[in-house]
Amino acid sequence: MCLAIPHTLIAITGPKTAIGRAGTVEVEVRTDLIDTPAMGDHVLVHAGFAIERLLPDEAAEVEALWESIRAHSVTASHE
Amino acid sequence: MNDSAYNRVLTASRALKELADRPLKFMEVCGTHTVSIYRSGLRTLFPSNVSLVSGPGCPVCVTAQDEIDTVVRLAGMEKVAIATYGDMIRVPGSSLSLAQARALGASIHVVLSAAGALDLARRLPDMTVIFAGVGFETTAPATAAVVLEANRYGQDNFLVLNFHKTVPVVLETLAMDPALALDGFLLPGHVSTILGLSPYAPLAAEYGLACVVAGFEPEQIMAGLVLLALQNREGHFSVQSAYPQAVRPEGNKRAKALLEAVFEPADAKWRGLGLLPGSGLKFRPPYSHFDARIRLGLVDFPAPEPAGCRCGDVLTGRIHPSECPLFGCPCTPEEPVGPCMVSSEGSCAAVYRYGRSEFR
Repeated sequence: MCLAIPHTLIAITGPKTAIGRAGTVEVEVRTDLIDTPAMGDHVLVHAGFAIERLLPDEAAEVEALWESIRAHSVTASHE
Repeated sequence: MNDSAYNRVLTASRALKELADRPLKFMEVCGTHTVSIYRSGLRTLFPSNVSLVSGPGCPVCVTAQDEIDTVVRLAGMEKVAIATYGDMIRVPGSSLSLAQARALGASIHVVLSAAGALDLARRLPDMTVIFAGVGFETTAPATAAVVLEANRYGQDNFLVLNFHKTVPVVLETLAMDPALALDGFLLPGHVSTILGLSPYAPLAAEYGLACVVAGFEPEQIMAGLVLLALQNREGHFSVQSAYPQAVRPEGNKRAKALLEAVFEPADAKWRGLGLLPGSGLKFRPPYSHFDARIRLGLVDFPAPEPAGCRCGDVLTGRIHPSECPLFGCPCTPEEPVGPCMVSSEGSCAAVYRYGRSEFR
């Protein structure tokens, strides 16, 4: 129920609707819950509604998180 | 530097082993986390002193037996169509499931979105379409958006049987449970996409529990566990996000404004936990004519849990699914006795499908 799938918005079809693409699947997505949806936006879609724009895994916030985890990692184990 | 998900899981596994300097017991709140953990086999990478119990984050599972019976009862009424998400259909009620009611001729429709339920009301103008709205803060904003739309267009044959529940209150209840003795919560990623971080602050400040929001990929879950262990190691408890891709500290303000406009807090009954004050949502007065309970004068009649079913203990982390005497025989995903074996996010279904070898 809280599963959400990343989609790319490929067309804005109305004030609250867009077409989202995930892989080869294209579906209508409601955009009520995000500000100023635009073509090319990467969004999380839950139960037919886009609930947030996604930052890429390469974003600085994500990299900073993994830098802090690496700092606590012991390289000797698991090798 | 970027690296692969595989390497990140291994890196986090090493860090978890390094940081867990005493037995640590965390609860993964969200059913989607539970499924990901079992499907990926992540538990095999945990150090032996880190344990993870499943929480009440499967919306269908926490829907009270009384509520299931109410929607099944409605399904038998003349000129009524029920619209709901797929997982609800097979949950056994005291007498019937919705699937069985449909086989007997009831008009029951699976929808992928609350918007689909409103579309159904437009297509069936001679019927009263009742949307059985389950779900937490991730799902409730969609219901709010659709109710605003129905209100704008005067779609009076559209009603909502509101089963929505909210997460922070139930976590405070579990935080106070001495039998659970948790060291932290792995917080739900997409509920937190809507809520942000601040609603969980009392869990850290008042109950001294580590709180970390995590995403649903194996490496994101492992990152969350590392931060939980780190907070315990340092003895400094706060609410952190290990899922910056989708969770902003302030949450989704637009979705929260919609929730605030349409709903107000209400008491809600949870399977396994009973009535929890302020843990649900009800329509504010301008929208109460969409409330099926009010429009149809409904009450939920108290209903016992299915005989022998321990779903209430499973979804509050008190027992592992394998400790339920019905697990695997006779309760299976094909012939479920309780909702935790029905829902794709239920702990029992996750263990049955992916984790049985661990518990033979």
